[in-house]
Amino acid sequence: MGEQFSVQVRDGQVRTKPSFLGTVIATVHYGDRLAVVQTKESWVEVALPGSKQGWMHLSALTEKEIILNPNAQQVSQAASSDELALAGKGFNKQVEEQFRKQNSQANFAGVDKMETFRVSQEEMAQFLKAGDLKPQGGEA
Amino acid sequence: MKARRLNRRTFLATGARIGMTGLALSGSSLLLQGFGFGDLGSTIEQASKLTNSATKSFTAVSKALEDITPEQEYYIGRTIGAIVLNKYKPYEQEAGNRYLNLLGQTLARFSDLPELFDSYHFQILDSAEINAFATPSGLVFVTRGMLRCCAHEGALAAVLAHEIGHIQLKHGLHSIEKDRITKATSILAIEGTKNFAKSDIANLTSTFEDSINDITSTMINNGYSRSFENEADVAAVTLLGRVGYNPAGLIDMLKIMSKQLKPGGLDFAKTHPSPESRIENLEKLVAGTEAQTPTASQQRRFEAALKGV
Repeated sequence: MGEQFSVQVRDGQVRTKPSFLGTVIATVHYGDRLAVVQTKESWVEVALPGSKQGWMHLSALTEKEIILNPNAQQVSQAASSDELALAGKGFNKQVEEQFRKQNSQANFAGVDKMETFRVSQEEMAQFLKAGDLKPQGGEA
Repeated sequence: MKARRLNRRTFLATGARIGMTGLALSGSSLLLQGFGFGDLGSTIEQASKLTNSATKSFTAVSKALEDITPEQEYYIGRTIGAIVLNKYKPYEQEAGNRYLNLLGQTLARFSDLPELFDSYHFQILDSAEINAFATPSGLVFVTRGMLRCCAHEGALAAVLAHEIGHIQLKHGLHSIEKDRITKATSILAIEGTKNFAKSDIANLTSTFEDSINDITSTMINNGYSRSFENEADVAAVTLLGRVGYNPAGLIDMLKIMSKQLKPGGLDFAKTHPSPESRIENLEKLVAGTEAQTPTASQQRRFEAALKGV
């Protein structure tokens, strides 16, 4: 079997070409394991179910296998292996919740609101065009 | 398998090397080459000597930082964001925040770290102080006082690009004392199931609090080292050029800032090298780039979004 990478971001976008200006053809999720077709600089072409292929930026991927719900054996394997990573390890949602109980003045509601500020692919393209900006590699 | 693995390692190591060179010299020779500088042979040789001597300890730190997954970095970043938003009130003006996110998220797409566990998000703070902060994992805060130092879109782009530079170079995480990371990773290595035992959660939360304090005391109170600030400026110059802004926008902003900063202030006056010394370094970096005036369409949307700020 060829090499595989795992998605290490919550939602990863797969594009038609190795550029952020490429059209998004699929969204993959944290821990998804994808076969590598080829790499080109910081971009990786991955195989998707249904014999589709598309490009992802390398920063969204890790060579480690991410285990979302590890069993006891995988926990002990992960301790001695560089090839396994456990989702939700270390500083996680449970730790944040505990921190919030102990630090009620911290403004997590403000952060939640900030996280709703999202800019779509179309809005970015429009912003660049309207501002007469032509990024390098934009024509790729 | 091995070759591919090397590929990713090389990618990560390149980021680390750029950071390291920046530590040794005020500007990375790798990046300087991109700006049409002449023979840098001796500079590179000097940089590599300095780099080699520091590589050992740096590798240890990098290894520890590598153990912080993007998911963990996300929870660290959220918590620091919550602390910033307790200290400073968010400025609730939709048009301004929307514009800031259009500009910032577009810039971040072209950075060396375009993908984060969640995403980059930008927020104006309701403060006359001249300040900007970036948490690990992509939360960027800019005060109204800082916005007033920006005369055009390219200058604001430069402020955001500098903050994105701190994020991609993981400067916040570097402030965490290394033994805390080791401590946290040893707990998770043994007990890393989906739910932790009560005692482990207490331990982890206490390590988490200490790590958060390490970052906020550096980021908000004391400032990063001069070399980290230089690295962020170098990263900003690269990013601005990539997206199509004139890298000299950063100098335009610093010139206004130098007039507005009050000596002894608790903002950029305390946490950053003086605007004059940053300008001096930047002028070397951007030498030879053509001066560009902001386009009319950029200026219109900049003024419309930020009027009243």
